[in-house]
Amino acid sequence: MESKTPLYESHLRAGGKMVAFAGFMLPVQYAAGGVIAEHNAVRKAAGLFDVSHMGEFILSGKDALANLQYLLTNDYSGLSDGFVHYSPMCYENGGIVDDLLVYKFTDNLYLIVVNAANKVKDYQWISDHLSGEVELGDISNYVAQLALQGPKAIDIMRKLTAAEDIPECNYSFKPHAKVSGKACLLSRTGYTGEDGFEIYCSPADAPKIWDNLLAAGEQFGLMPCGLGARDTLRMEAAMPLYGHEINADITPLEAGLGCFVKFDKEDFIGKQALTEANSLLRCRVGLKMVDKGIAREGCEVFADDRKIGYVCSGTMFPYLGYAGAMALVDIAYKPLGTQVIVDVRGRKLLAEIIKMPFYHRPKSV
Amino acid sequence: MSKVKEGLFYAKSHEWVEYTDDIVAIGLSDYAQEELGDVVFVNLPEIGEKISVGEAFCDVESVKAVSDIISPVAGEVVEINDELADNPEMLNKDCYSSWICKMGKITAEGNLMDAKTYEKFLAEQK
Repeated sequence: MESKTPLYESHLRAGGKMVAFAGFMLPVQYAAGGVIAEHNAVRKAAGLFDVSHMGEFILSGKDALANLQYLLTNDYSGLSDGFVHYSPMCYENGGIVDDLLVYKFTDNLYLIVVNAANKVKDYQWISDHLSGEVELGDISNYVAQLALQGPKAIDIMRKLTAAEDIPECNYSFKPHAKVSGKACLLSRTGYTGEDGFEIYCSPADAPKIWDNLLAAGEQFGLMPCGLGARDTLRMEAAMPLYGHEINADITPLEAGLGCFVKFDKEDFIGKQALTEANSLLRCRVGLKMVDKGIAREGCEVFADDRKIGYVCSGTMFPYLGYAGAMALVDIAYKPLGTQVIVDVRGRKLLAEIIKMPFYHRPKSV
Repeated sequence: MSKVKEGLFYAKSHEWVEYTDDIVAIGLSDYAQEELGDVVFVNLPEIGEKISVGEAFCDVESVKAVSDIISPVAGEVVEINDELADNPEMLNKDCYSSWICKMGKITAEGNLMDAKTYEKFLAEQK
């Protein structure tokens, strides 16, 4: 039985087409929009997402930082209060448990945001590897999360939030902001390749904030957006999704997340395996279809008459207007411009390795 | 509420069929296009292809997924709607004008419903 997020009724009112996802009933798209219209609203104006399914943990105590440093591949020692770092979390063999965000309140207090589908596994993994004076708490059921994304997100947020409550820098946050009068943690983060915000609030306040954001955003072309657009947006921005570009059998180095693995750190889980894997055999690449057709997850990739890898996820990019995919292939075929063949349900389609991210947001003026 | 067009015949898998003399046009019902969402690619069959009842003769991709289109009749493809290759969204915009292919030399047909029966069938789906 799937849970309902605090915004379930709001989705039904907005014509959301509800599907089961990671234990929750969530809208895949809305009647007024559809995946393409919602996707393009986020690129050109703004979109509002219910991401209350995400998992939230609190890590606290004198040894909280030391534990993060050991559990995660990124380096949190230099992170300032009020800032956020992304990191993979690895197994001893270098495979990925999950990827997550860590918000730093103080040296002794952190918020960890994990993928909904991995919440139980992550909690167990982290608990099993804690040491010293530290405590882990799962607050997921007490937190609703909304994402306001797109070039107009800032204009919409300004209508409902005092200037001093709006985090200015990318990957920074305000722990005690007020959005339309309701207490929130407000961060300048997202999963769409656009500027925008993620709003963490109490479940009771979520519907009001949702409604007020939609009303405030109307003049800017804000649309409620479903899981469909969330997925195509992250693909266009070449952001990995657990279970697709990353999983227990893929290392962060293979996934192109090497910049989030800090080998200078004294020790962390997976360090030895990742250090020994100094010659990479395969890597994540971006593909653009040359022939007509769409490469989907699981399609095999060929070159020189042999299989060189497989497609992690692919779609027709709604904003860019071409079909593209991310694939894990033999590293010899990494160079941009390399031509490969993708087997799309028996059809051998030509594709070309191109630079990621496929979509890069224009620099704001 | 999905629209059902009078004068057409419908398969349980939500294809519509229109008879004109001995040629049959095949398309997707309004219910089908709503379920698919935004169509972004249509992999059309080839002219001359022989197709049997229940065979997947075409696939239609929305942003999210691929769906097979099942042939409600047996016959030979005599014409394909090339416009769908460049404008797949026509299947969403005007599903009852956007036929996918036309078939001739019809040798068999599956169970088809008239508009009234199909409407009832849709109501039972809910």
